[in-house]
Amino acid sequence: MEDLSLHLLDLVENSLNAGANLVEIDIDEQPLADRMTVTINDNGKGMDAQTLARASDPFFTTRTTRRIGLGLSLIKANAEAWGGGMELSSAPGVGTRLHFWFQLGHIDRQPLGDWPGTLLGLIMSRPGVEFVYRHRVGENDFEMDTRELRRELGPEALQSPAVVNLLRPQVRGALDELGSTA
Amino acid sequence: MAKLKISDLAKIRDRVHEQINLREDGAQVKITVHMGTCGIASGARDVLNAAMDELDKSGRTDIIITTSGCAGLCSQEPMITVERLNEEPIKYVFVDNAKMRQIFNRHAVEGEVQTQWALAKGSEQ
Repeated sequence: MEDLSLHLLDLVENSLNAGANLVEIDIDEQPLADRMTVTINDNGKGMDAQTLARASDPFFTTRTTRRIGLGLSLIKANAEAWGGGMELSSAPGVGTRLHFWFQLGHIDRQPLGDWPGTLLGLIMSRPGVEFVYRHRVGENDFEMDTRELRRELGPEALQSPAVVNLLRPQVRGALDELGSTA
Repeated sequence: MAKLKISDLAKIRDRVHEQINLREDGAQVKITVHMGTCGIASGARDVLNAAMDELDKSGRTDIIITTSGCAGLCSQEPMITVERLNEEPIKYVFVDNAKMRQIFNRHAVEGEVQTQWALAKGSEQ
């Protein structure tokens, strides 16, 4: 993966394939502490303890078409390489919480990349799913909640690429206002 | 807590109204971009972005774009499937930005299968 937003896309796709219809993504940048944390919470089907124990093994997957599952192992390896770590918790019927963190200023850290565009592409292509995205830099934060957007703009608005294209610079601008350097 | 500005949302709302008025029937075409780890690592995001861009330019409201997990042929990612109503789904392999645009305009919009890039007919595994 060439940037962090591709990892996030991959991890969120895992949530969607687990049947989630609400995905919460929190990104927290703390420059003074030189730390960035990402948390993804979903309400998908969750994993039992046995599955959870093996979830970040690259040779574990619940798929039947092939035998390698890479997403979690990739982000775990990267977070550790960037001076951080990863925690995963899950419960059947409840959902899954993935939390990882690393040094914000680590020389090897991948840039976040076009995360607004990536997330909005997901939102447009998954009309049955609600997303809550929060981004904090220091003390300042920003939130985008698709439930709120649908109330404001109409239930089908987020399926329109024209609308998504209008939202893209809004979100990018909000991150720039926060002073995000990720 | 910073939010999207009300004036911006109002502008977007006007655009929405314009878009939704055009819709009459349900979706006639569905484009699925496969987004397993292999697809994402191979460039599926660029493919999705290209499809969204062409959909916006086309003004069509009867074409939907969605994503799904791995299609099972990791070595041939990025892959997409185009399904036109009452026709067999067509799977395309090694899709990139330029191919996606041509597939969108020639197959999704005009109905002409781009056989030079097609892998197979048939539904999802």
